[in-house]
Amino acid sequence: MRPAPFEYFAPRTVEDALDLLARHGGDAKLLAGGQSLVPMMNMRLVRPAVVVDLNRVAALGDVREEAGRLRLGALVRQHALELDGRIAATAPLLAEAAPLIGHLQTRARGTVGGSLVHADPAAELPACMIALDAVFHLRSRRGQRACAARDFFRGLLATALAPDELLAEIEVPGAPVPRPGHGFAEVARRHGDFALAGACAVLALDAAGVCRHARLVIFGVGDGPHLARATAGLVGERPSAARLAEVGRATAGEIDARGDLHATAEYRRRVAAGLAARALGSAATRAEVA
Amino acid sequence: MDGGHLGVKFVGDRHLRKEDPRLLTGRGRYVGDIALPGMLHAVLLRSPHAHARIRRVDAARARAYPAVVDVVCFADLGAAGRALPMVPPHAELRGHNFSALAGDRARYVGEPVAAVVAESRYAAEDARELLEVEYEPLPSAQTLAPGAPAVHEEIPDNVAGRVTLARGDVEAALRAAPRVASLRLRIGRGGGQPMETRGLVADWNAALDQLTVWASSQVPHQIRQFVADLLDLAPHQVRVIAPDVGGGFGAKLIVYPEDVLIPFLARRLARPVRWIEDRLEHMLAATQEREQEHEVTVGFDDAGRLLALRDHFVHDTGAYTPRGLVVPLLTASMLTGPYRIAAVESSFESRYTHRVPVTPYRGAGQPQAVFAIERVLDLVARETGRDRAQVRLANLVRAEDMPWDTGLPNYRGSGHVVLDSGDLPSVLRRALESARYDALAAEAAAARAQGRLVGVGVACYVELTGVGPFESARVRVDPAGRITAFSGATTQGQGLETTLAQIAADELGVTPEDVTVIAGDTAGVEHGTGSFASRAAVVGGSAVALAARDVSAKARLLAAKALGCVESELEQAGAAFADRRRPERRVTFAELARLAGAATAALGVEPGLESTRFFQPTDMAYSSGAHVALVELDALSACVRILGYWISHDSGRLINPLVVEGQIQGAVALGIGSALLEEITYDEAGQLLAGSYMDYLLPTATDVPTMAIEHLETLSPLNPLGLKGVGESGALPVPAVLAAAIEDAVGPAGGRVTRMPLGPARLLDLLPPAPLLPGGGFLADDRPFSKLVKRVVFLALLSLIGPAMSAAVEGACCG
Amino acid sequence: MTARPGATAHDIAVIVNGTERRARVIPRMLLADVIREEWGLTGTHLGCEHGACGACTVLVDGEPTRSCLVFAVQADGCRVDTVEGLAGDGPALHPLQEAFRARHALQCGFCTPGILMTLVAYLRLHPAPSETEIREALSGNLCRCTGYQHIVQAALDEAAAGWTAATSA
Repeated sequence: MRPAPFEYFAPRTVEDALDLLARHGGDAKLLAGGQSLVPMMNMRLVRPAVVVDLNRVAALGDVREEAGRLRLGALVRQHALELDGRIAATAPLLAEAAPLIGHLQTRARGTVGGSLVHADPAAELPACMIALDAVFHLRSRRGQRACAARDFFRGLLATALAPDELLAEIEVPGAPVPRPGHGFAEVARRHGDFALAGACAVLALDAAGVCRHARLVIFGVGDGPHLARATAGLVGERPSAARLAEVGRATAGEIDARGDLHATAEYRRRVAAGLAARALGSAATRAEVA
Repeated sequence: MDGGHLGVKFVGDRHLRKEDPRLLTGRGRYVGDIALPGMLHAVLLRSPHAHARIRRVDAARARAYPAVVDVVCFADLGAAGRALPMVPPHAELRGHNFSALAGDRARYVGEPVAAVVAESRYAAEDARELLEVEYEPLPSAQTLAPGAPAVHEEIPDNVAGRVTLARGDVEAALRAAPRVASLRLRIGRGGGQPMETRGLVADWNAALDQLTVWASSQVPHQIRQFVADLLDLAPHQVRVIAPDVGGGFGAKLIVYPEDVLIPFLARRLARPVRWIEDRLEHMLAATQEREQEHEVTVGFDDAGRLLALRDHFVHDTGAYTPRGLVVPLLTASMLTGPYRIAAVESSFESRYTHRVPVTPYRGAGQPQAVFAIERVLDLVARETGRDRAQVRLANLVRAEDMPWDTGLPNYRGSGHVVLDSGDLPSVLRRALESARYDALAAEAAAARAQGRLVGVGVACYVELTGVGPFESARVRVDPAGRITAFSGATTQGQGLETTLAQIAADELGVTPEDVTVIAGDTAGVEHGTGSFASRAAVVGGSAVALAARDVSAKARLLAAKALGCVESELEQAGAAFADRRRPERRVTFAELARLAGAATAALGVEPGLESTRFFQPTDMAYSSGAHVALVELDALSACVRILGYWISHDSGRLINPLVVEGQIQGAVALGIGSALLEEITYDEAGQLLAGSYMDYLLPTATDVPTMAIEHLETLSPLNPLGLKGVGESGALPVPAVLAAAIEDAVGPAGGRVTRMPLGPARLLDLLPPAPLLPGGGFLADDRPFSKLVKRVVFLALLSLIGPAMSAAVEGACCG
Repeated sequence: MTARPGATAHDIAVIVNGTERRARVIPRMLLADVIREEWGLTGTHLGCEHGACGACTVLVDGEPTRSCLVFAVQADGCRVDTVEGLAGDGPALHPLQEAFRARHALQCGFCTPGILMTLVAYLRLHPAPSETEIREALSGNLCRCTGYQHIVQAALDEAAAGWTAATSA
């Protein structure tokens, strides 16, 4: 399989990239790591007339840490999440999820921004970013805007990104206080496959062990990552395994689960409930010792 | 160990492979690496419908696309469009085969309809999109149930063949049996999926009036024959070469439409043409196998002895029968496997469906038979309350029974399935010892008592190997002293360049490095069969042994004449002979070859220091083996992890144990895929749902455990070296042994495994009903630091199980 | 320059196995195709063309990369290392290749170059991996022939010997 013909541009600045997007609009596709886009182009499932390669825009590849907040350029490679100590220190959830994202080769080239914009419902990073209360900075020639991660994902492979916009930067706040903990669990058919179901959790306890902050996001089960509503009930309580399990089950019930070749909706919901409890449990355990 | 009359030095050796330096440094030559001057690139347009009339192909826009040289459809083929022959024929077969392009009707999604030839692959794919084909879609047969639309008009019931094989009176035996039980089993479609897809380069040389075809194929001689027939050429005008082949596994076993089409294009265009299948095409159009539905009934006694066995199955043969009834005949004839059963009836209906044709892939109908009989044995063990290994031992054919006539006709119809040699109880006992089976079973039971889903399974098999009709070998010493062994078999990763050289070296008194093996080239040997059905080393190796033996004998005869002594006074040192009484008088192989090259009547031999020999096995040689597996299922996700895997096998004399181990490990991995990961599914319209590697999941390094392998060797009496095949062995019992282990893990409250493969949903259905534990998963636990506790207990259990377990790697495989 | 989209040729210069190579490519040409067809380095193989099998793995600026998912034009100015560069000019094999041969870690050889390049990159960063870690590192490379066991053993042998880790990226 070989792609259909396209024109190629490799801008060096974000402004030039935005100009190209403004000029070509829906005819253009942005190329980041290519691990999702190029297979579809090879199979001719997508046939952009114009490809704007972002890999030469150095500014998009920065990792910065400012006042406990992490700022990741959209073109930061996924393996930086495993290898860059600043990321592991500020957002250990990302470091924990990273080895389960695809494979060595795909993480070397695939980007954080690319995964977010592609928005596969079974991808790890969209869910993690929501759990971390990340904020995405979107830019176009019209200006820039910030979009909370939880508002960015709009359904199956759909995001809030406008056709002339690019995701420039992902801002990840520092861990919640005072005693933070995170958890991550997923089930996949093979190591590195997209998850059949997965859960990521971020909690914070106070000095007395009472929960002050709780985020739980389930992925792989519905059309996109799902931010749990049931965690609201955890705030103000001391978490117990039974309570966390209950929250996990309730959250799974919130999702309109989908079935496919690999797993039924029932399977996904059941596994999601258990994984949610596991992720919350890990987060609680970590918070207890924080 | 004795072998060739000159004494064995290399057969039996863990000889490092001669082909490796080339392959490791990227200097392999696969068909996609062959570039000829002026070469064109072909792509195929394939039917998007499972069943459709092809009304019209309009190529005008495609032809007009820049860099396009030609577009060809059925009407352009002429005589080359005749249906390909079917191999082998069978009296019961109502067969149909495909042709180089579909004519007025397409019968499966992926059937080739037209070819576009252009200066580049890219342009050809562009132009393909401009082809306009008018299809009239028709209802298609997507089920094995009666009443489906006819695939071939004159066969309205879609039955390609009905066969019953029987021994004794099974109905009477079932009536007389103290106990009777039945099972319904279902196995799904899968495919060989070599890492290299199919492909051809064809080149018509007008000056020589000759067609040269490089084909990534297991059967170059068959391709030559079909191409010569369909293109109206004499066999000597067609040379087919299988270069380095990146795996076959059956996917390259038959002659496909493309194998005729691409040579046709090369001749028509008088320019070389290359076609390389892409993976999506391979998923659609490469043949598949395994799909069957079995109804098995067994009669047995309280001691767990099998008294009667009746199996009727329906076999999905797809839209055409290029291999006739071979696959279901193998399943039916191999049903009793290594067991003694007095009354047997094994019958099937092979049905057409509007799907890609079914021809053998690694295992060739035998994994289905092993699945059936092993499920029966587990059932009998359960019903009689006996240990599963003991029930097998009670029913296995014993060493003193050999050769054992199973009473069922073999798939070729040349006699019965007769197990030629082997000691099946010893093979099973060796596997049980290697796995520390009794301790393992006890530990698994202890783990289950703690709430873990851990289980052990065991399965035995015999494998049909070394099929005929023959294999050829030409061994030649040329006047420069180079020794070449040409074989009609082909290489596809199984190490023939080394193993055949080991055989020849022993016969000739030289080293394997002195012998160059050239396999898979019709210019090397005029007649050949190919590599499939675990035959290449057995039949090909036997032919090489015979030919090399001839050459050795002729060399000694000539050496004696040249040195003026008698043969008993000759001393050989490598590729030279000396007169023992006057050792300064030496003659080399090269000199002998030159001498033979000018042989006069007085010399008393025919010219050339070479020999062409055929080995025609009188019967198939049967390998045997036993596998033991330890698995654990996750209580939440039902994911399967293979914690340990032990294998014993008897594949006759091993030419190269290193190569044999690799074959077994690879075949087990493929078996794991077929049990837990790989399933080809179609929707109601015949559209392939598992169309890429996103959906058709092959096992990776994290899905396959480390395996322990024990070798036993009982020589086969059927060939000079006592060889048996092993290429497919590892695949045969894997679904059965994993089914057994999974059933053991879920316990009596869990489900029974009656179908393969087992994806997540099916595995979940097998779990015993249980309240979902708070933490889910392994050893769910209420306390903080619960993970640490789980880890400690798990490690403690591991240490109990001992070295066998700690040598095993958790091959995590969420099936 | 023609009016047809995608026909604009781009000149690229790439350091391939230490030597500068040039090519004139149109944008949609895959890096794998240019490596194989333009530069004649056919050791890199195409097994799936959709980024799943890993047979096409090469190193781009030292990183293991699926060359079927990179357009050649993107490699301009980059370093690309293929299997042909591992052994160097003499008859000796790279220690990892020797380990593969000793352990019978290849059969048909089609997936092997991709696996070698993946391991070379991996072992440079992780000189002392466990068996589980090697298996996970290889999870993006499919092999249908070997069942992986000998590949893993060869990789562990080579990690223990330390040759690959000692070479610069």
